[in-house]
Amino acid sequence: MSVDILMPALSPTMEEGTLAKWLVKEGDSVTSGDIIAEIETDKATMEVEAVDEGTVAKLMVAEGTEGVAVNAVIAVLAEESEDPASVTAGSGAAPVAVPTPAPEPAPVAEDAPVAPAPSPAPAAAPAAPAEPAKSATSRVFASPLAKRIAGQNGVDVAALSGTGPNGRVVKRDVEAAIASGTGKAAPASTRSAGATAPLAVGAGLDPRKIAGQLEMAYEEVPASGMRKTIARRLVEAKQTVPHFYLTVDIELDALLAMRKQVNAAVPEDVKISVNDMIILASAKALMDEPDTNASWAGDAILKYQSADVAVAVATDGGLITPVIRDAQSKSLTEISAEMIDLATRARDGKLKPHEYQGGTFSISNLGMFGIREFAAVINPPHGAILAVGKGEKRPVVRSTDKGDELAIATVMSATLSCDHRVVDGAVGARWLNAFQRRLENPLSMLI
Amino acid sequence: MAETSYDLVVIGGGPGGYVAAIRAAQLGLKACVVEREHLGGICLNWGCIPTKALLRSAEVGHLMQNAEAYGWSAQNVTFDLDKIVQRSRGVAKQLTQGVGFLLKKNKVAVIEGSGKLAGKGKVEVTGADGKKTVLSAKNTILATGARARVLPGLEPDGKLIWTYREAMVPESLPKSLLVVGSGAIGIEFASFYNDLGVNVTVIEVVDRILSAEDEEISALAHKAFTKAGIKIMTSAKVTGVKKGKDNLTATIETADGKTQEMTVDRLISAVGIVGNVEGIGLEGTKVKVDRSHITTDPYGQTGEPGVWAIGDLTGPPWLAHKASHEGIIAVEKIAGVAGVHPLDTTAVPGCTYARPQVASVGLTEAQAKAAGHKIRVGRFPFVGNGKAIALGEPEGLVKTVFEEKTGELLGAHMIGAEVTELIQGFGIAKSLETTEQDLMHTVFPHPTLSEMMHEAVLDAYDKAVHF
Repeated sequence: MSVDILMPALSPTMEEGTLAKWLVKEGDSVTSGDIIAEIETDKATMEVEAVDEGTVAKLMVAEGTEGVAVNAVIAVLAEESEDPASVTAGSGAAPVAVPTPAPEPAPVAEDAPVAPAPSPAPAAAPAAPAEPAKSATSRVFASPLAKRIAGQNGVDVAALSGTGPNGRVVKRDVEAAIASGTGKAAPASTRSAGATAPLAVGAGLDPRKIAGQLEMAYEEVPASGMRKTIARRLVEAKQTVPHFYLTVDIELDALLAMRKQVNAAVPEDVKISVNDMIILASAKALMDEPDTNASWAGDAILKYQSADVAVAVATDGGLITPVIRDAQSKSLTEISAEMIDLATRARDGKLKPHEYQGGTFSISNLGMFGIREFAAVINPPHGAILAVGKGEKRPVVRSTDKGDELAIATVMSATLSCDHRVVDGAVGARWLNAFQRRLENPLSMLI
Repeated sequence: MAETSYDLVVIGGGPGGYVAAIRAAQLGLKACVVEREHLGGICLNWGCIPTKALLRSAEVGHLMQNAEAYGWSAQNVTFDLDKIVQRSRGVAKQLTQGVGFLLKKNKVAVIEGSGKLAGKGKVEVTGADGKKTVLSAKNTILATGARARVLPGLEPDGKLIWTYREAMVPESLPKSLLVVGSGAIGIEFASFYNDLGVNVTVIEVVDRILSAEDEEISALAHKAFTKAGIKIMTSAKVTGVKKGKDNLTATIETADGKTQEMTVDRLISAVGIVGNVEGIGLEGTKVKVDRSHITTDPYGQTGEPGVWAIGDLTGPPWLAHKASHEGIIAVEKIAGVAGVHPLDTTAVPGCTYARPQVASVGLTEAQAKAAGHKIRVGRFPFVGNGKAIALGEPEGLVKTVFEEKTGELLGAHMIGAEVTELIQGFGIAKSLETTEQDLMHTVFPHPTLSEMMHEAVLDAYDKAVHF
């Protein structure tokens, strides 16, 4: 007996959606848990899983069809004993899929014919003119065994970086993800944003489609595992973490003077950077104000006992944040040596997972690019991230006995992005004050 | 003393060592191989290759004796033992020269002599003339291989008690032969000499022959060899040997505790190997040795910085292809190649080239169960395969072991004609991490023996078509 596969609802209010992509074709056999299609609404993309085992007898809705009604039949599955050729839709109770036409005419009329009723003829597929040649970018390279184990354990292979040949996701990667609890796909009903976000495109606007319609020239660069992870993590952070931002200006002259002295005292091959001092000052400030050294755990706040400072390092492949653990108890020379080692290996792609996973707080420094100030996106589950701008000479007003005077000082702006679930305004402000105090009285860092 | 410096010095020019050196050269390292005897090691000179030549001769003889079954008649079929041995030596020589050529082509220096570690970053080579040279080495790979294990009372004497080495170059054919040990080496010699008309007995201390193989395959092998005329005694051991002038009498203790005496012309001792850990300068280093094998991390690194070990020297499985693969892994690790992974020893195939052949990869049915897997087992017999029937080889079995939940191919086990050439298919399947689905979807050519592999996969899921 054949089984109808129906258009699923991503949310209780969803009435229709776009069948963005078929991941199976007619004649493919599927088992329960195989991803067979991607469905889009204006908010998210969701994967449709096969619930039954069988052979795909017919795809009832062409790829790219917009406005497919919830519960419409989108495909028919022949079960093992059946001849797929003889299977027809509608043997179940569900109505035959008649996708409603796209609500608005597309901007370029001839490129967007209204989706026809189910038609297997490829020529009639509405997406054909608008969509560039079948692209491999969304294909995840993973071994069949890795995919199956991932599916059985609710792990999203797209979120893993593979260690097999050419970055292929293999069994050991999935097993490692299961063991460490990473790469977990969100439960089916809420699977929309988090799990498939790197593959999805924002707000239902497919740049390929638009570029195709407007004949814009572009080069397509397949997203690496790292790039997909960045995309997923940052979407997750911005969508789920309530950010707010606090900025202070910090005078660096005392710090720079101390740095000069320190660098004169240490062996020639050691050079303490301002960034090393910022890492140490952050760590000390996290000890001064431990409420900021914390994570939101849903039903509790985890307050960490050591300051594990993750430092954003730009690499050719993207951003990675190696972690200096127990930074509060390390010396400047230790931090300096560790940072050079981690940054070098980060750029060579040789960091081990334990070196960039975890951490309790992060720092992103764009001062070297001349950025005056900026606000960074929190790196979950951290409670806060510090964005460091350039140290530069600025006019400052000093109060003296003779009244206010203008002076010149080296000033750096630092912005703390806080997760409001963990760090309230006053808590974040106290941390920034502590951080400022440490930097402006740098000897305190050596104690 | 002249001192030459290398990025990599490989001690031992066997299939582990020479492959490691070539890979090093490909990666731009200045490499050399120190070899005391023959390039190609035991494998090319006294192991894998010359025995395959001998077994081929035996197979040709077997076909000639059975020519009538194929419509030919061949009377007075005879052989010349010297010529069989000569052919085997010729094959070995050709390939040894080939290795020399490959090393030269890759600009790998070959230094003749015995190498040993001589302090940090140093290797001392003693030539045949006793002259010593010191090489400086950023990294050293020990690949000195292994030799036959000697049981007390069965010390090889080169005349009545043989190791593989004498067994490979017999001057005359013994009338009767006792093979002690039923691993791949013992069984291959038993099969060879049996096909040449020698009265062969195999003694095995455990309760089945080819005990590394799946139990079902062991049992089928036992049956096949017995049918071919080999006498097999399992759960039995040789407790003593009395040497005569041109024969010897072995005392054999059987499973029931009784002893019996057996007089044979020659005895082959094939009871495993020991690593060549002596005389290579391990004293005073942090290299750890455990029961004649060097302990390494999964990439071949020993406890001593800059010293690596591969192949038979590091332990089982004692196979040339395992040594080569370990050599490549160690060298890539030394050269800092990204994405190097340790060898998955469950994906190393093993082959025995007797008549019938035996080949396997991965876990046996019993091992899979012991590891806690819920499994599905598929079997397909040679008698159900058209090509096997056409070849006149209707005896044998292909067996697959799958993890029930994930469909992972845990192991594959085969016995019968040409299975040593088939096993790589399952090796690729394991390496690519296919599931049963991918194997089922693969089209196997008809008519071939490989169709049995397909059917054995289908059978694990109750879908076999031809049986």
